Amino acid sequence: MPLFKNADAARETAMLAFTIRRALQALGVLLAVGIIAFAMFRFAGDPVNQIVSIDTPAAEREEVRRSLGLDDPVPVQFGRYFLRAAQGNFGISYQFRQPVAQLLIDRMPATLELAFCATVFALTFGILMGVYSALRRDSLLSKLFQAVSLVGISLPTFLIGILLIYLFSVTLGLLPSYGRGDTVRLGWWTSGLFTLSGLKALIMPSITLGLFQMTLIMRLVRAEMLEVLRSDYIRFARARGLKTRAIHFGHALKNTLVPVITIAGLQLGAIIAFAIITETVFQWPGMGLLFVQAVQNVDIPIMAAYLLLVAAIFVTINLIVDILYTVVDPRLRSTLRQPV
Amino acid sequence: MADARTTTLAAKPPGFLARALDSDVWASFTRSKLTMAAAAVTILFFAAALLAGLVSPQDPFNPAELELINSRLPPIWDAEGQRPFMLGTDDQGRDMLSAILYGLRISLLVGFMGVAFAATLGITLGLLAGYLGGVTDTLIMRIADVQLTFPAILIALLVDGVAKSVLGGHLDPATTLSVLVFSIGLSFWVQYARTVRGSVLVEKNKDYVAAARLIGLPAPVIMARHVLPNVLGPVLVIATINLALAIITEATLSFLGSGMPDTMPSLGTLIRIGNNYLFSGEWWIVAFPGIALALLVLAINLVGDWLRDALNPRLR
Repeated sequence: MPLFKNADAARETAMLAFTIRRALQALGVLLAVGIIAFAMFRFAGDPVNQIVSIDTPAAEREEVRRSLGLDDPVPVQFGRYFLRAAQGNFGISYQFRQPVAQLLIDRMPATLELAFCATVFALTFGILMGVYSALRRDSLLSKLFQAVSLVGISLPTFLIGILLIYLFSVTLGLLPSYGRGDTVRLGWWTSGLFTLSGLKALIMPSITLGLFQMTLIMRLVRAEMLEVLRSDYIRFARARGLKTRAIHFGHALKNTLVPVITIAGLQLGAIIAFAIITETVFQWPGMGLLFVQAVQNVDIPIMAAYLLLVAAIFVTINLIVDILYTVVDPRLRSTLRQPV
Repeated sequence: MADARTTTLAAKPPGFLARALDSDVWASFTRSKLTMAAAAVTILFFAAALLAGLVSPQDPFNPAELELINSRLPPIWDAEGQRPFMLGTDDQGRDMLSAILYGLRISLLVGFMGVAFAATLGITLGLLAGYLGGVTDTLIMRIADVQLTFPAILIALLVDGVAKSVLGGHLDPATTLSVLVFSIGLSFWVQYARTVRGSVLVEKNKDYVAAARLIGLPAPVIMARHVLPNVLGPVLVIATINLALAIITEATLSFLGSGMPDTMPSLGTLIRIGNNYLFSGEWWIVAFPGIALALLVLAINLVGDWLRDALNPRLR
């Protein structure tokens, strides 16, 4: 007896089951990271010491301890921490004496704009260079691209940043070496995309941050293109007498883009985390710089909140990419019903 | 009888060195000029780090040898350069060449110890997960999965911050070095654990493991004496490539200000210090440590890539 009226309903149910299973896995990861963040918050350094002064009497310390709920059983404290975190309350920063959530929100636009520009840079140049070096494998420019990609993978991010600053700020005096330039307020969001100095300030940090991803995408596009150009349907398209240009860009490139978009999506999380280094080199006022300063000053609430935030971003991106992948590539749907 | 003995002697298997020189791996090494150059550079760096005390013109950690009058001298080919400061001096009159040689030593020390720690942790956990299976396997591999979603540098920074908080504010250089090794080890163990677990799952169904079980050897002995030697091959390749990563991670942490202090600088610390002088025209304070770091990492990466291709026949 058929369980579903038609194949469409069956597929939709399978998609739903898959989505729910992935969402549950994502929640599991978040819970695990939450436990680590809570453990840091609670056990690495006594929160009471951060609030009272050194000569506070013991009775008063106990009072503070009770008022913070630190004498409750640990699971209760964890539950409370998690509930508060879910509402966006991550406690008070030790060094700034301000709510951590507000500090992170203030700096989020800077990081997200930088990550966005870096991704656009990596995708544009990565795909262009990848296609070129696949189509003209033995040309001098392809060899140059290969050398650039080797350097991009071997050089530490901060050295690339310093090199760019030396070239374009110190020697040529063309681009600013630190900060975001002038920004425009759009509600709570501050944007550097609409002023000339803001755009100029974005160039070097974006290149520094995106270079590694660019080499990754370039290698991927090149390998995929070489693979696809050898396949039967390209040979068939040639046999039909289609123009080379149409074959390369209409047929070949289109089929290499699915893995490229997957990788670029998955790398978005890595870009946000790697922004820590780039933001320090360029004194970019984003979340990464805040985190580095928190590590130096042992500001545990900021560290814990940043960890949770990055985990949430990673998990969300992975989830979206997983689901999009099954939507884009019908071949994957047939495997959905098998337990993963 | 005598004849038979000589034939046995002649058929004696060739020694380790002879076998190594005759192998495919060696042949692929001599075929690639780039790999040979990279290996030479790597060995040169290792030697320089080991012999830093003998070859460097100055002891950069001895304040008595530093003179402020020698501070910020350019390299020797510049008109204002002075002997014996080949690569110039920093703001404290420290000879850059000596500082780089000693910094190289710290960077390599942290790199090697970090990789050793990560490998030990990863191999142990991978062995346990693969051999015991069940709950142990699930638990270890789930932790590995969660950790793999985060970049190593983020984990290293977090471990560093937590360690500082637990041990209390200011740390002496030796403790900082241990914290660095610990944080690098904790950020890189996953790859070893996954690889070893994969190999163990294959090995544990083979006859020699069944035989060892049959004669009643306890599980720890079987794991350490029989399974472990058979799963170490791929670990060597990962360790080589990871050495470059560990050195970069240490340099990055030190550059971010969470690593080695100014009194005992690694290459990353030297770059952080030099970065402050970029705008006042003293480019050599940041350039030479940067070049040293870049060359070192590039050379080790090239050797690692070659090793991966040479030891993995499927990729050939």
